[in-house]
Amino acid sequence: MDSRQTKRDRPWLMRTYSGHSSARASNALYRTNLAKGQTGLSVAFDLPTQTGYDADNPLARGEVGKVGVPISHIEDMDQLFDQIPLDQMNTAMTINATAPWLLSLYIGLAQRRGIDPGQLSGTTQNDIIKEYLSRGTYIYPPGPSMRLIADTITYTIKHVPKWNPTNICSYHLQEAGATPVQELAYALCAAMAVLDRVQASGEIKTDEFSQVVERISFFVNAGIRFVEECCKLRAFGEMWDELTLGRYRVDDPKLRRFRYGVQVNSLGLTEPQPENNVQRIVLEMLAVVLSKGARARAIQLPAWNEAMGLPRPWDQQWALRMQQVMAFETDLLEYEDILDGSPVIAAKVKQLVEGARKEIANVEAQGGIIAAIESGYVKRELVASHMQRLRAIESGELKIIGVNCFQESAESPLTLGSDGGIMKTDPSAEREQIERLQAHRKNRNDADVQAALQGLSDAAKSGENIMPSSIRCAMAGVSTGEWGDSLRAVFGEFRPPTGIDIAIDNRAVLGKKDEVTELRARVASTGAAVGRPLKLLVGKPGLDGHSNGAEQVAVKARDVGFEVVYDGIRLTPQEIAQAAEEEGVHMVGLSILSGSHMELVTSVLEELRARDLATVPVIAGGIIPQEDAKKLAAQGVSAVYTPKDFNLNTIMADMVDVIREANGLARLGPLP
Amino acid sequence: MVWRGWVRCPDHQMTPAALPDPEQLALRILRRERAAVARGLNLLDNKLAEARQCSVRLLAALSGEHSLNGGHLIGITGPPGAGKSSLVSAMIREWRRAGRTVGVLAVDPSSRPELGGGALLGDRIRIKNAAHDEGLFIRSLANRNQLGGVATEVWPMSWLMLAAFDIVVVETVGVGQTEIDIAEIGDTVCYVAQPASGDTIQYLKSGIIEIPDIFAVNKSDLGAAAYKTAGEIGRSASRQDRRDDWDYPVCLVSATMNTGITELHGNFDRHRSFLAHAGLLQKLRTRHQSAWVVRVLKEEFGTFGVELIGGYAEIGKRLEAQYGNQFEECERMRQQIISRFKSSD
Ligand code: B12
Ligand SMILES: Nc1nc2c(ncn2[C@@H]2O[C@H](COP(=O)(O)OP(=O)(O)OP(=O)(O)O)[C@@H](O)[C@H]2O)c(=O)[nH]1
Ligand SMILES: [Mg+2]
Repeated sequence: MDSRQTKRDRPWLMRTYSGHSSARASNALYRTNLAKGQTGLSVAFDLPTQTGYDADNPLARGEVGKVGVPISHIEDMDQLFDQIPLDQMNTAMTINATAPWLLSLYIGLAQRRGIDPGQLSGTTQNDIIKEYLSRGTYIYPPGPSMRLIADTITYTIKHVPKWNPTNICSYHLQEAGATPVQELAYALCAAMAVLDRVQASGEIKTDEFSQVVERISFFVNAGIRFVEECCKLRAFGEMWDELTLGRYRVDDPKLRRFRYGVQVNSLGLTEPQPENNVQRIVLEMLAVVLSKGARARAIQLPAWNEAMGLPRPWDQQWALRMQQVMAFETDLLEYEDILDGSPVIAAKVKQLVEGARKEIANVEAQGGIIAAIESGYVKRELVASHMQRLRAIESGELKIIGVNCFQESAESPLTLGSDGGIMKTDPSAEREQIERLQAHRKNRNDADVQAALQGLSDAAKSGENIMPSSIRCAMAGVSTGEWGDSLRAVFGEFRPPTGIDIAIDNRAVLGKKDEVTELRARVASTGAAVGRPLKLLVGKPGLDGHSNGAEQVAVKARDVGFEVVYDGIRLTPQEIAQAAEEEGVHMVGLSILSGSHMELVTSVLEELRARDLATVPVIAGGIIPQEDAKKLAAQGVSAVYTPKDFNLNTIMADMVDVIREANGLARLGPLP
Repeated sequence: MVWRGWVRCPDHQMTPAALPDPEQLALRILRRERAAVARGLNLLDNKLAEARQCSVRLLAALSGEHSLNGGHLIGITGPPGAGKSSLVSAMIREWRRAGRTVGVLAVDPSSRPELGGGALLGDRIRIKNAAHDEGLFIRSLANRNQLGGVATEVWPMSWLMLAAFDIVVVETVGVGQTEIDIAEIGDTVCYVAQPASGDTIQYLKSGIIEIPDIFAVNKSDLGAAAYKTAGEIGRSASRQDRRDDWDYPVCLVSATMNTGITELHGNFDRHRSFLAHAGLLQKLRTRHQSAWVVRVLKEEFGTFGVELIGGYAEIGKRLEAQYGNQFEECERMRQQIISRFKSSD
C-alpha cells in the first residue's frame, strides 16, 4: 500500500524539556528547537524560581541558572519569549509551588504585548501533591497549597480558557520508585483531591463543573516494561472515565477523555554504557504511542546522557529525532487501536485497575491523599517500593544491561569529547542574573510594588482568588522572591515526612543475606572499637530535591546497623554542620544531584571546620563528574559515589572503612 | 566507580583515645558552649573503659546545687505519631520567645539486635522550627533495645544538658507499659495522646501506666473526637497514686494550629513551681538518680552481681549518703562488683 495516500493521524506534540543559564540563552535555545520542528515549548526553571527565592537569596547560592532558566521578574519573562508569539505558542511550564506566579508573569506579559489572555494556550504543572512525595519543590503547607491550585483553576476557566491550569503528575511518582499500581492509584487520588477542592470552593457552578474536569490533564511516566506500561495507560483511561462519570457526573464522554503528556522513565537510564539508554527511551516511548485509544498528547524524551549530567543541544536533538522517526517514518499513525480486543491486554488492564482501586480505597479510608501524605504513609510506600527495586538490582534478579550484567564494553566515542559529553552551564550566569535583578529593583516604581504586594498579602489572608493580585504584582515588577515571601508570611512553610521510617523486612528485600550479616558484624565491631554505635548523618544541602539516593542510603545504613539521622531535603550547609555537631555523628554523607556539589560541599566542609569537626569524615554521592570528584577529594572529601555504584552493600562496606580509617583503625576491605 | 582520595591522612592522633580533660570540659559546658555540650554527650555515650572514667569525672564536675534545684527536666511520652515532636516544637517556640534555652534528647527505637540494631532518628525534622537557633540543641538517641523505652544513657545526658540549658526535654515513644521509665527521669512528665486513643484510656483505667503530671490531647483541630478523648481521659485516670495538691490537668492542644500551647506552657511552669515549693524537686531528682544507678548495675551485672555488694537495700543506703552526686559512688560499686566477679573465678 502506498503510504502517501493513507490517512494518518496527527502526531502528538513534540517537546524538549529545556532551559538553562539565563532567559536570553534559553530563548536562543527555544528558537533553534522550534526551527528544528519542535511543536511546543517545555520550560525548565531553575530551583530558586521553583522554590520562590530571588537569585540573590543565600539559599539560591550555586543554583541560579543551573538546572533551568532563572525567572526573577517580568523582564526575564519578556526575554525568555523574545520573538516568540505567545498567542500561537503552546507552552508547558514545569512549575508548581510558584505556578500562580509564573502564570501571572506569562499573562502579564501577554497583556503588555497587547495579546488577549483568552488566546494563551499551555500548561502549568501545578500539582503540589507529587512535590511532597517526590519532586521536592514545595513551599507552603498542604491546605494553602491546594487553595492556590484551586485559585489558578477557577481563574483560568473564566479568563484563560485554553490553559491547562494543572497537570496531575504520576511521572515523578515512578521516578521515586512507584509501581504501576501505585502510580495509577496516587495520581487519581491527587486528581480527586484537586477536583474536590475546586468543588468545595463554590466558585464554579454545578453545570460548569464538567469544564473543570475537562481541563485536568495528566503527566505520566512510561518505563521499560512497555507492555505493562501500555496497559497502565489504558487502565488510566478506564478509571478516569469511571471516576469523572461516577464522582463528578460528567455526562459528555468527550469531556471524560484521559488527556496526558509523557516523559519516559529516566530512573532506569544508566551511567555505565550510556548509549544503551537510546534503546530504552525508544521502547519506553512505544508504550505511550502504540495504542491509539490511549495515546499521549505530548511527549518529551530524556537524552542518552541523562545519568551523566545535563543534555547539550545535540543530545536533545537526538531525543527529538526519536519522536520524529516514530511519528513520520513508521506506519504507527495509520491504524486504529491495534490492541483493542486482545484478551491478554484486557486481562492485564483489569489486574492493574483492580490493584489501583484497592489502593485508592485504602487511601480514602485514611482520610484521602493529603492525610496520607501528612501521616507519611504514601511516602513510606514509595520508599519501600524503591528499596525493593534496588535490592532486585543488587541481587541480579532485575537485570540492567551494562550495570549488573554485560558490563564489558569497548571505549565509547560518545563520552570522549572535552566537555565529557554533557552540557556545562554558564558559570557567570548566577552573577549576571543577580546584577540584572538588582538593576531591575532600582528601575521599578517602589510605591507600585508595595501596593501590589499589599494586595497580594490581603488576598492571601482573605481567601480571595490569588491570581488578580499576582498579575498586578507581575505588572508592577515584583520579584519571584518577593511573591514567595509574601505568601510565606501568611501561609507558613512545610516539610513533609521523609518516608524512610519503613520496617526492616528481613525476608526478601535484604538482598544478599550473607553480605548483610557480614556488614552488620562490621558495623557492630567498629562501633565497639570506637566506643559507641556508629552514627551517620545523611545530608541534602541546597535546593536540590532529588531524595531517592539519600533515602536509600539512609534505609540501607539503618538495615546494616547504623544509627541514622536524616532530616530531609533543602537544608543549608550551616544546618547540616550544626546537626553533625549536635548529633555527634561519626560521618557526614552528602547527596547532591542538582549539579551544585562544588559550591555546597565546600560550604559544608567550611562549616564543619568552623565547629571544630574537621576530623569527622565527609563523603558525597550523586551526579558528580569524575574531575569534580578529584577536586572534592583535594578539599578533604573521603569518598565520592555516583550512579555506577549501584551496589549499596559495597558502599556500606566502604563507609565503614572510611570511618575506621578516620579513627585510626585498620580497614576491613571489600566484602567477601 | 568509587573514587577515593585519602587526602586527610590520619597522620596525627585522630583516635577516640584522645579523650577530653573532663574538668575543663565541664567548665566549658557550664559556660554553655555548644561544642563542649556535643563533646560531653559523645563522651557519656562512649563505652570504652577509659571513657567511662572520664565520664564519671565529667558528671561529678557538673554536679552541684544547680543539678538538684536548677532548670526544668521535662519528659514527653505517648504513642507513636501522637504529635510529641510537633508539640515539643510548638513549646520550644514559646520558650525561645521567652528567652529560655532548650536542650532536647529525642529517643527513638532501635531495630532488634539480630536485625543489626540500627535506628532511624527522625525527630529533629519535626522539632526544629528555625533554620538556625543558637539557643536550641537537639541530640537524637536510639534506645538500643533496652527495655522501658529509654536508654540508660538518657539520665547522665539529661544531667549534662541541665548544666547548659534552661529547659531540657526528653522525648520517648511510649506504647503501653514502656513509657514507665520516663517517669523515673522527668521532673514533669507529659503524656501526649491523640483523638480516639482507645489504648491510652484502657491503660489508664487498668492502672498500667502511671498518671502523668500533665496530659495533652493533641490534634484538637480534628474536632469532636479530640474533645471526647480529653473527656474520657479526665474520667479514666485512677486516683490512688496521685500527688496531693497537684491537679493533673488535661489540655486540649493542636501543634499544627498552634492552639492551646500557651496554656500547656503555663502548666509546665506551674508544675515546676509546685515541685519547688513543695520541696519535691531535689528529692525527685535524687530518687531518679538512684533509680538510674540501680538500673545500670542491674543491667550490667544482673541480680547476682547486685547481690555481690549486698543487694538493693545496701545500694540504697550507700546512695543515700551521696547526696547530689551518685555517679562516683556508682562507679565504685561497679568496680567492686567487677573485682568480686574476678575473685570468684
Ligand atoms: C529520579 C530523578 C528525578 C526525580 C527525583 C525523585 C526523588 N525524590 O529523588 C524527579 C522526577 C522528581 C526529578 C526532578 C528533577 N530533576 Co532529576 N533525575 C532523576 C534521575 C533520573 C535519577 C536519580 C535517582 O534517583 N537515581 C536513583 C538513586 C538511587 O541514585 P543516586 O541518587 O544517583 O544515588 C546513587 C549514587 O549516586 C550514590 N549516592 C547518592 N547520594 C549519596 C549519598 C551518600 C551518603 C552515599 C554514600 C552515596 C550516595 O549512591 C546511590 C546508589 O547507587 C537523574 C538522572 C539519572 N539517571 O541519574 C535525574 C537528574 C538528577 N535530574 C536532573 C534535573 C535537572 C532535575 C530537575 C531539577 C529538573 C528541573 N529543572 O526541574 C527536577 C527538579 C528536582 C528538584 N526538586 O531538585 C538532572 C541534574 C543535572 C545535573 N546534575 O547537572 C539529572 C542528572 C537528569 C539530567 N541529565 O538532566 N529527577
Ligand atoms: N491534625 C494534626 N496533625 C498533627 C498535629 N500535631 C502533629 N500532627 C501530625 O501527626 C504526625 C506525627 O507527628 P509527630 O510530631 O512526628 O509525632 P510523634 O509523636 O513525635 O511521632 P513519633 O516520634 O514518630 O512517635 C505528623 O504527620 C504531624 O503533622 C496536630 O495538632 N494536628
Ligand atoms: Mg517524634
